Amino acid sequence: MRYFDYMATNPLRPEALEAMMPYLKEQFGNPLSLYDLGGKARQAVEDARAQVAALINAKPQEIIFTAGGAEANNFAIRGLALANRQKGAHLIVSRMEHHSVLNPARILEKEGFAVTYLNVDRSGAVDPAEVEKAITKETILISVLSASPEVGTIEPVDEIAAIAAKHQILFHTDAVASAAYLPSNVDKPGITALSLSAHEFGGPKGAGALYVKGGTRIMPLIYGGIQEGGRRAGTENVPAIAGMGAAASLVKAELAEGKEAARLSGLRDKLIKGILGGVENAYLTGHPEHRLPGHASFCVEFIEGEAMLLMSAAKGIYAASGSACSSKALKASPVLLSMGISAQLAQGSIVFSMGGGTTDEDVDYVISEFPPVVKRLREISPYAGGWGEAKENPTCIQKN
Amino acid sequence: MYSEKLMDHFTNPRNVGEIPNADGIGEEGNPTCGDVMKISIKVEDGKITDAKFRTFGCGAAIAVSSMVTEMVKGKTLDEALAITKEAVAAELGGLPPQKMHCSNLGADALRRAIEDYKGRKGAGPA
Repeated sequence: MRYFDYMATNPLRPEALEAMMPYLKEQFGNPLSLYDLGGKARQAVEDARAQVAALINAKPQEIIFTAGGAEANNFAIRGLALANRQKGAHLIVSRMEHHSVLNPARILEKEGFAVTYLNVDRSGAVDPAEVEKAITKETILISVLSASPEVGTIEPVDEIAAIAAKHQILFHTDAVASAAYLPSNVDKPGITALSLSAHEFGGPKGAGALYVKGGTRIMPLIYGGIQEGGRRAGTENVPAIAGMGAAASLVKAELAEGKEAARLSGLRDKLIKGILGGVENAYLTGHPEHRLPGHASFCVEFIEGEAMLLMSAAKGIYAASGSACSSKALKASPVLLSMGISAQLAQGSIVFSMGGGTTDEDVDYVISEFPPVVKRLREISPYAGGWGEAKENPTCIQKN
Repeated sequence: MYSEKLMDHFTNPRNVGEIPNADGIGEEGNPTCGDVMKISIKVEDGKITDAKFRTFGCGAAIAVSSMVTEMVKGKTLDEALAITKEAVAAELGGLPPQKMHCSNLGADALRRAIEDYKGRKGAGPA
């Protein structure tokens, strides 16, 4: 197996598994219990909180554990908007955001908020000047992700944070895709909230965190007990949180050293060069330079992404696609469309994302085995010689 | 998510290409929506003697095209027109619900190819 889907999930780091084991076995206590079994569990949660805080240069009390990245994003958008409604009812989000940001924003629209969806350029980058232009007297929250899992583009988060600080507007960034690859530092003016997902950096699934700057009002999504300072009720997922903490410590050390990011950047550049050199009519999506280490994404003309994935998988290459057919919703990726990529070209989306387990040999394998997949599918495609008269049709009605 | 039979028709599709001087050609779908199927047929004595396809689309769309072209060979035009999307899906060992439209597309492209044949026959010298 050649795993090239680190944006989907990562294998659990052995150190994270080890950190989890006691809390899956003998240390099964509830962190709220007063006896020492509860105390051990409570200590595990607080140790992990300090580890996660250290990863992004936050204070431990600014970390709220969640069940994952999607919850962290929902919590940030909904919780910050509702808690600050008396100040205004306008939000600004980019079109690059994950559904777990966009969908809560859409729900808020139904509840009376106005939302500006920021357009992006061809590379998928948000223009900070556009953010500033979109600000009104009513604006209370801006949300722009740190980097795109779909096209790898790194967004100008620091510039946007500075704009938010200048206008005294809350700013949330979804750092789920970038946390394993880029250092995040919330200890500067402007960043109010930041989302993390454990399994995106070698922790377990089912754990995430939202950083919320001290003193910021946020409405809970889940009401109940006093866990997480009353901001997120429910007995803590102690083993997963312990695993997230261990993974966060490893990532922090890796990022400080910088060797892994450099290695992945090298593999990325090699893969991009190899694919663009080996496949005609293939285009890099996302920014050519300001992109995540380990992220190589393309649109391949005249064939469809799901078919590419399946045929690649048959050769042991596991990748991802933003094509309509590969999504349950049967819609081409809104991210690719918002970048100005045509709907038919977006069907040929393929994303290779690399991480700790990816080797140079894996990249060589993809460079040699992926072009034949494209060649085979083009032999089957009616468009091998060009799109011809194929027309754009933005409203696709799926007949059943 | 896909049956073994479907994967076989996807990885080793039958009847890829187009028939030179085909008697009927049918196309269905749109690349912006994800799939396009183009089926060409040869008709002799009211029976489909050959069928070929080219498809832009997902694994299911390619497998459906391959299966439809297999199913119609040797069938009369009426028998071929009676092939339903359910029949194609069943032959492939079933399709996930969100992929049933691929099966529909196969049946529709075939129907268009037959209509094209009938139209040509009606219009031109027999």
